[in-house]
Amino acid sequence: MTSTTGRVVNSQPGYLPADNSQPPSRRFRFNEWLDGHARQLFITPAVVMILIFSIFPLVASLIIAFSRVRLKAGGYQVRFVGFQNFSKQIFGSEQFHFLGTFTSLTFLGWAVALSATGAILWWMFRYITTGFSVVGFIGRLITALVILGISWMFAATFFSGNPFGTLGVTLFYVFIGCAIQFIIGLALAFLCSQPIRGRNFFRVVFFIPMMITPIGVGYLFRMMADTTKGPFSPAWQWFGLNDFAWAANPWTARLFIIIGDSWQWIPFIFIILLAAFENIPRDYVEAGQVDGASNWQIFREISWPQVMPVAVTVMLIRVIEGFKIVDLPNIMTSGGPGIATESMSLHSLFAWRSLDLGQSAAIAYLLLFVTVVICVSFFNLIVVNRMRRI
Amino acid sequence: MKSTFKSLLAGVAAAAVLGTATPTFAGEFDGVTINILTRPGPVIAGRLVDRGKEFTEMTGAEIRVNEVPFAEIFQKLLTDWATGTNSIDVGVFASGWAVELVDGGLVENLDPYIAKDDKIDIDDIAPYFREFNQKIGGNTYLITVDGDFQMLYYRRDILEKIGMEPPKDWDDYMKVAEAMNGMDMNGDGEADYGSCIFKKRNAQSYFAIGSIAAGFTQTKGTGEGLWFDPETMKPKMNNAGWAEAFRIYKETGKYGPTDELNQDIGDTRALVQAGRCGLVIDWGDIGPLSIDESGAAIRDKMGAVIMPGSRKVLNPATGELQQCDSELCPHATDGVNHAPYAAFGGWAGAVNAKSDQKVKEASYAFLSYMNQAEQSNVDVTLGWTGYNPYRNSQLNDTSKWIEAGFSPEFADNYLGAIKDSLNHPNMASDVRIPGAQQYTGVVLDRELARFLAGEITAEQALTNIEAGWEEITEDFGRDTQQQMYKLSLGITN
Repeated sequence: MTSTTGRVVNSQPGYLPADNSQPPSRRFRFNEWLDGHARQLFITPAVVMILIFSIFPLVASLIIAFSRVRLKAGGYQVRFVGFQNFSKQIFGSEQFHFLGTFTSLTFLGWAVALSATGAILWWMFRYITTGFSVVGFIGRLITALVILGISWMFAATFFSGNPFGTLGVTLFYVFIGCAIQFIIGLALAFLCSQPIRGRNFFRVVFFIPMMITPIGVGYLFRMMADTTKGPFSPAWQWFGLNDFAWAANPWTARLFIIIGDSWQWIPFIFIILLAAFENIPRDYVEAGQVDGASNWQIFREISWPQVMPVAVTVMLIRVIEGFKIVDLPNIMTSGGPGIATESMSLHSLFAWRSLDLGQSAAIAYLLLFVTVVICVSFFNLIVVNRMRRI
Repeated sequence: MKSTFKSLLAGVAAAAVLGTATPTFAGEFDGVTINILTRPGPVIAGRLVDRGKEFTEMTGAEIRVNEVPFAEIFQKLLTDWATGTNSIDVGVFASGWAVELVDGGLVENLDPYIAKDDKIDIDDIAPYFREFNQKIGGNTYLITVDGDFQMLYYRRDILEKIGMEPPKDWDDYMKVAEAMNGMDMNGDGEADYGSCIFKKRNAQSYFAIGSIAAGFTQTKGTGEGLWFDPETMKPKMNNAGWAEAFRIYKETGKYGPTDELNQDIGDTRALVQAGRCGLVIDWGDIGPLSIDESGAAIRDKMGAVIMPGSRKVLNPATGELQQCDSELCPHATDGVNHAPYAAFGGWAGAVNAKSDQKVKEASYAFLSYMNQAEQSNVDVTLGWTGYNPYRNSQLNDTSKWIEAGFSPEFADNYLGAIKDSLNHPNMASDVRIPGAQQYTGVVLDRELARFLAGEITAEQALTNIEAGWEEITEDFGRDTQQQMYKLSLGITN
């Protein structure tokens, strides 16, 4: 660049003017400052957005979880109540709602509880005697306590003939639902990765349910499951099920919700695993075929180890999503019969609707705690070990 | 001179306010927008939209109706008004919910507006709705657009066929339901149901149980209170009367649709209109719905009667059920204690106290327009509006109903059942205190649902309800709640 005086100057930021006797211009200094802080400036909008929309609500809801909040003219009246909202759910008048109804343990309940306790103690003992680190021990201790608590909860409720609460219902949706979704999604993805006729058509068909909003899926399944006036009522009646009320029985109601949830989420697992299967180099498969391996052996020894990292990731995402299930039980049963299909998110939503914001936030934090412990444990204790073996 | 000028100015200002209180000329509210929040249409919201268009033509004010799910109306409104967002000018909701809003100073006192309104004809509004539904602490904060009482409807043709009378008490109800159950009532060759009462959780089941329990537990008149002891504010739930009501409610399911546990009022109304229900508990809507196009199967076949009562009622001294006598049941008819329950109380409009003055005036004018006999006497005869009668002129004059399609016989029968309920000295009032939704919509509703699902016994449910209600009362403050409850029953001492 040539200046008006004929002097050649470099105006790019970071270059000093040739004549050092003159102080740098304000614009130059600003450009210098921008250059020096470019990384911070680029990341600032994202940080601000996360702070406003994630961190601040998280902190605010944590404060609310320890408070009683009352809406009054001119704003809120917040009263600090300590752990009262949490203790009400775990030990107090809402215990039956969150954990379940505890009366006495049956023989089966005792057997399950003691077996689980023994297994967890053995697992901890083995860790302490084989390889020990403080961080690892604390992590395992938290996992052990949570799993122990959940085991005793199911022992005292499900295995002793008592109804379980929203925590048990949520875990049922997560573990049974996600397992069904994974097995079917994996099978469909493997099938569609094979050279079969019409596989492009099936790919599109299998993917459609994921594009429908969860509320739409809820209404769709509620209508389809209606034995008296739904579109499938002739079919139900043909099977002699016109007097069958799925929503009146806790287990059939939960099952129908899992069917609806699976119908919506199998495509998510399917589409990601399909991409993983299609990325397996053909050479590996062909080498296996040349060596005379069966299809099952090819799947177990070649395909599965290749797709496992993707499968683990997709399951982790699905499990985290599964913990937040709310639309389907809300639309299909409103949490009924009784509280048999009420998930923790729905429990929190109902508390929020009645303006019991403290209880609502406390339940949301309990959900966050359970989700984090289970997902981190799943990843660190199961996935990482399996990956090391491959 | 100065004081004369001030007086003149004050006079001009007063005249201006007086002049704007009743919209009588076009363009009076040009540029004013009224944001209304209510439940999704066409029920309730639909007529607000239609009448809103007329109001816009008349006055220039634009009416925007915002619809949110029923379960979210109250918290959305309270959040909007309490936090100062004030995006909503008028809330149309259950009159009982207003107590909490008024307690927070969020609702405009409408008495000064009514005083200047020569069209509303306030004395034509039935006394219960005028004095209880619209007023809190002696001041009018609400304008009624719908009057609600639960009643018993029956298939007149089927009852005549089997030679039975409309049920007077719950024993009669069970006998009639059993006799009707399994009959083909609409000629489609399928067996139909003896009884249809919604039982879905998070819907309207807590209103139905209130209607059943009232006949067993309230005997001494409205001031006795159905829900709490007005002297101690202790719940009046954990007793033999409520336990019997729970048992009856569950037993009606034996004669109802198999999936009744998952049916809300929309589902049961669809069955009624399809001619599949012999007996049904509902608000006033069934009358107009029976003359609707979709109700062809039940046109001129329905009858209405006051909610069934009980010959055995709770003796508070012993805690047991006891046969009615003149001392225990002073308001009983033929030995049956009736306590018609003003479930929900009816949809009513409240104006945001923080809206601009011009908007408040326009909002009141619109609510007044909805309420005025010229409009409402037509609206209540249309089933799809969800509006039920609340004016004397609607209850005493059958001509509009006959004009709408009622037979003279059914018009008399239907309005007679409403009047029997409305004028009953033992009418049971709804929960009209702060936290009303938590008491009934959360705790009562949930425990009732668990009982119906077979998770717990009636006694366990009632013990849990008592404990849950005590927690809510302590949380809001027992003294405040007691004072509000007494006011809601018309007890002023």
